[in-house]
Amino acid sequence: MNRQGRPTEPVQALAAAPETFTGNRALRIEEALIFETGRTDVTGVDIEEPKRRARLGDLERKAIGLPGLSEPEAVRHYVRLSRMNYGIDSGVFPLGSCTMKHNPRLNEKMARLPGFGDIHPLQPQSTVPGALELIAELSRWLCELTGMPAVALTPKAGAHGELCGMMAIKAALTARGEKRSVVLVPESAHGTNPATAALLGYRVEAVPAREDGTVDPEEVKKHLSPETAAIMLTNPNTCGLFERDVLGIAEAVHAAGAYFYADGANFNAIVGKVRPGDLGVDAMHINLHKTFSTPHGGGGPGAGPVVLSAALAPFAPLPYVVNDKDGLRLVEHAADAQGKPLGRMCAFHGQMGMFVRAMSYMLAHGADGMRQASEDAVLNANYVRATLCDLMSLPFGDRACMHEVLFDDHWLDDSGVSTLDFAKAMIDEGYHPMTMYFPLVVHGAMLIEPTESESKASLDLFIAALRDLAMAAKQGDTARFSGAPYYAPRRRLDETRAARQPVLRWVKPVPVKEAAE
Amino acid sequence: MRYLPLTPEDRSQMLARIGVADIDALFADIPVEKRLKALPDLPLTKSEIEVERTLGRMAGKNVAAGSAPFFVGCGAYKHHVPASVDHLIQRSEFLTSYTPYQPEIAQGTLHYLFEFQTQVALLTGMEVANASMYDGSTATAEAVLMAHRVTRRKKAVLAGNLHPHYRETVETVSGMSDHAVVALPPAPHGAEDILGAIDKETSCVVLQTPDVYGHVHDLRPIAEKAHAAGALLIAVVTEVVSLGLVTPPGEMGADIVVGEGQSIGNGLNFGGPYAGLFASRMKYVRQMPGRLVGETVDAEGKRGFVLTLSTREQHIRREKATSNICTNSGLCTLAFSIHLTLLGEAGLRRLAQVNHANALILAEMLGAVPGVDVLNSTFFNEFTIRVRRDAAEVVEKLAARGILGGVPASRLDPSRGELSDLIIVAATEANTDEDRAAYANALREVLA
Repeated sequence: MNRQGRPTEPVQALAAAPETFTGNRALRIEEALIFETGRTDVTGVDIEEPKRRARLGDLERKAIGLPGLSEPEAVRHYVRLSRMNYGIDSGVFPLGSCTMKHNPRLNEKMARLPGFGDIHPLQPQSTVPGALELIAELSRWLCELTGMPAVALTPKAGAHGELCGMMAIKAALTARGEKRSVVLVPESAHGTNPATAALLGYRVEAVPAREDGTVDPEEVKKHLSPETAAIMLTNPNTCGLFERDVLGIAEAVHAAGAYFYADGANFNAIVGKVRPGDLGVDAMHINLHKTFSTPHGGGGPGAGPVVLSAALAPFAPLPYVVNDKDGLRLVEHAADAQGKPLGRMCAFHGQMGMFVRAMSYMLAHGADGMRQASEDAVLNANYVRATLCDLMSLPFGDRACMHEVLFDDHWLDDSGVSTLDFAKAMIDEGYHPMTMYFPLVVHGAMLIEPTESESKASLDLFIAALRDLAMAAKQGDTARFSGAPYYAPRRRLDETRAARQPVLRWVKPVPVKEAAE
Repeated sequence: MRYLPLTPEDRSQMLARIGVADIDALFADIPVEKRLKALPDLPLTKSEIEVERTLGRMAGKNVAAGSAPFFVGCGAYKHHVPASVDHLIQRSEFLTSYTPYQPEIAQGTLHYLFEFQTQVALLTGMEVANASMYDGSTATAEAVLMAHRVTRRKKAVLAGNLHPHYRETVETVSGMSDHAVVALPPAPHGAEDILGAIDKETSCVVLQTPDVYGHVHDLRPIAEKAHAAGALLIAVVTEVVSLGLVTPPGEMGADIVVGEGQSIGNGLNFGGPYAGLFASRMKYVRQMPGRLVGETVDAEGKRGFVLTLSTREQHIRREKATSNICTNSGLCTLAFSIHLTLLGEAGLRRLAQVNHANALILAEMLGAVPGVDVLNSTFFNEFTIRVRRDAAEVVEKLAARGILGGVPASRLDPSRGELSDLIIVAATEANTDEDRAAYANALREVLA
């Protein structure tokens, strides 16, 4: 402890911050690549001597080129990298459609119990009854919350769940002896919807929205034909609005012999308020990493269970857990299955680690807590809407939204500030930007999803910051936006250069002398 | 509810500010007759200690791999993960961040993904790797689709010793997309005629090494034949630790290498989440699925990283995308990358040597048990034994004796009677001399 030193006092600040020798700025430290600091003969793991010599003949490998770091060096490397990231724990993360809600640490602890985290997918079933119980319990909760009779748990993420649900639809049509060729997708849909339909060989037909941002059943009817296999409808939709004519749409789709696939990315808005099964849905994936708060982890892993109607349940993929006279057991093969499984989505039994986390979330919230979470998410979004709508423009008028509020860039007309600039200026204010330029149906879209995890105080500060930015934009303070972010670990990055001259891996630099020769 | 910060007073103030009487006014677009009047028929909120009790009871019923002599593999392996790995991936800024769409505040994720891509490329001997797929099996299915795009053909030939779950995953997607799949019959002894199955319509040959029965393959003759026919060779690696010791597919002519990354940095987790590895030749990069991170500079000229070549992806290209994948395995790739950084080449090689050596010793010990034959001549850390009994029953009896002795081949492929007396056995650095002795003794008893 420095008892002799003098207490520091504020000194007069320099006009401009000086450059540092290292390029570091106090807590913000420039970090090299492991390939620049590590060495192939260094290791941070001590491993015993092998007790036999290799017997691989001429298949034994020569040099690899992988750098190693000692444990202290490795820990420092990754801690420094982590400090260049923004997470939910850092601040408001209002990324619309992505549901960045708090990730309870209890869920992490539960997933790491050896009885869940350290069991093998192919060890004898008799040694994993608790795992089957967890899967059965999660299924029960998901079916109850959605009002659907069955769930396929194995899909590994939302898009994989979409694929699974659409495969079930295709399998059901095939079983009916039909080969339909078209899938209807509203223009506001996530890009994964048309990509999934196309993957299965369907022609994608876009359905435009009406003035108020929702889909008109009459418009759907115009597109329905004997060739229509399904409609893929997100509800609440990506404009943050509940498709109020969902019953009429479902009825029209079913009358045409087609199926209703619901993109459940926004299920978090309506848990405990309404059940998709009561709205005519035939299949819907649930992003456990959105609605049930399994961590996004910088882009995964997720989990995308699909709930299925009675019509589609027989086509659920393998494997799944059944409860019969022998108790809980896994059905892993078609010969053992009751229905006509569409096949297998992946190796093993799905994202068990995510199942445990989601179950922990659900148990903690309970039926009452989950409904409250949906209500708070919707309340927070509407609060943001109500407090910003005098400055920022709402594309579909001033009406209640669900869990996210969508603004367009009309209010920035002639300001010289774009949605992108505005988003980057939010970074300087300490916020993660909202989703921008999505959905595509709105010009310069700004989709704000505060989630139920924000307190009122936190929202009030966020709103005040956005109001200040909005005023600045309108008053022509373009410098605050065009150069933003100023204070992030990096300024705006040259994405054009990255795409034109792709550098997708580190390559050992050629020494100058050698290069000259 | 401890996760919800709004107080009742907050809620009423906010409703007043919004200008509605109650919360249900905000749900007015939901058809009134469909709105739930009562709570769902599920338990109410629980305290942390109650949740721990409930889930702890379930977890307690399972036999954890670390609590028994453990020899189960077939695409998921019990390896030791250094304590620092799990600590680091739980850093909030990694755990609670999103896909790095705002690169200025996501350099941590982008930086390690760039390192991960390079590590995977080096490990597989390939030119370029993506930022991960869901797992090895879905990566394999995506590789087949990519080969169809590259060759403009629609027939995949799958080696008989491809993991049956991987085969079924490919067959499911291919069947739904009206693509042809020729799956060869399993060859537990290791020798199969793949060359004869390649013709002018073949888009790709999919071959796993080490294969599901543990055999290690020289891919060169198959690569040669495939290329001569205008087809691609897709190599599948389900045990990536093998790449510390075995010549990688990229050095034997593979065009795409996919793998399961679980073995490095990730726990067993009953099958997921894991990390799918995906590497290819640079000339095919624009046909690759999944995210790619590239190097660039920022406005001040500093090096930085961004997601790039995204015109291949669904959020830009929609129905014309190379894949529908969006979320991948971010945090699992971080665990993989940290563990591999800790190992380095020296540590990985040593780890692979120990795995291989432990398998050699175990094979000798089990092969000496009366009634047991080891089928493999060359293997890495996994091999197949014939027990001349119903293998599933033998494995159950071993489990009753506290030994998790492997996977009966019939569990993966029950329709083939010829596999019913085979057990696939994996050995890793996690096994001790005592574990191996206990296994050999128990097997001797069970087969006596």
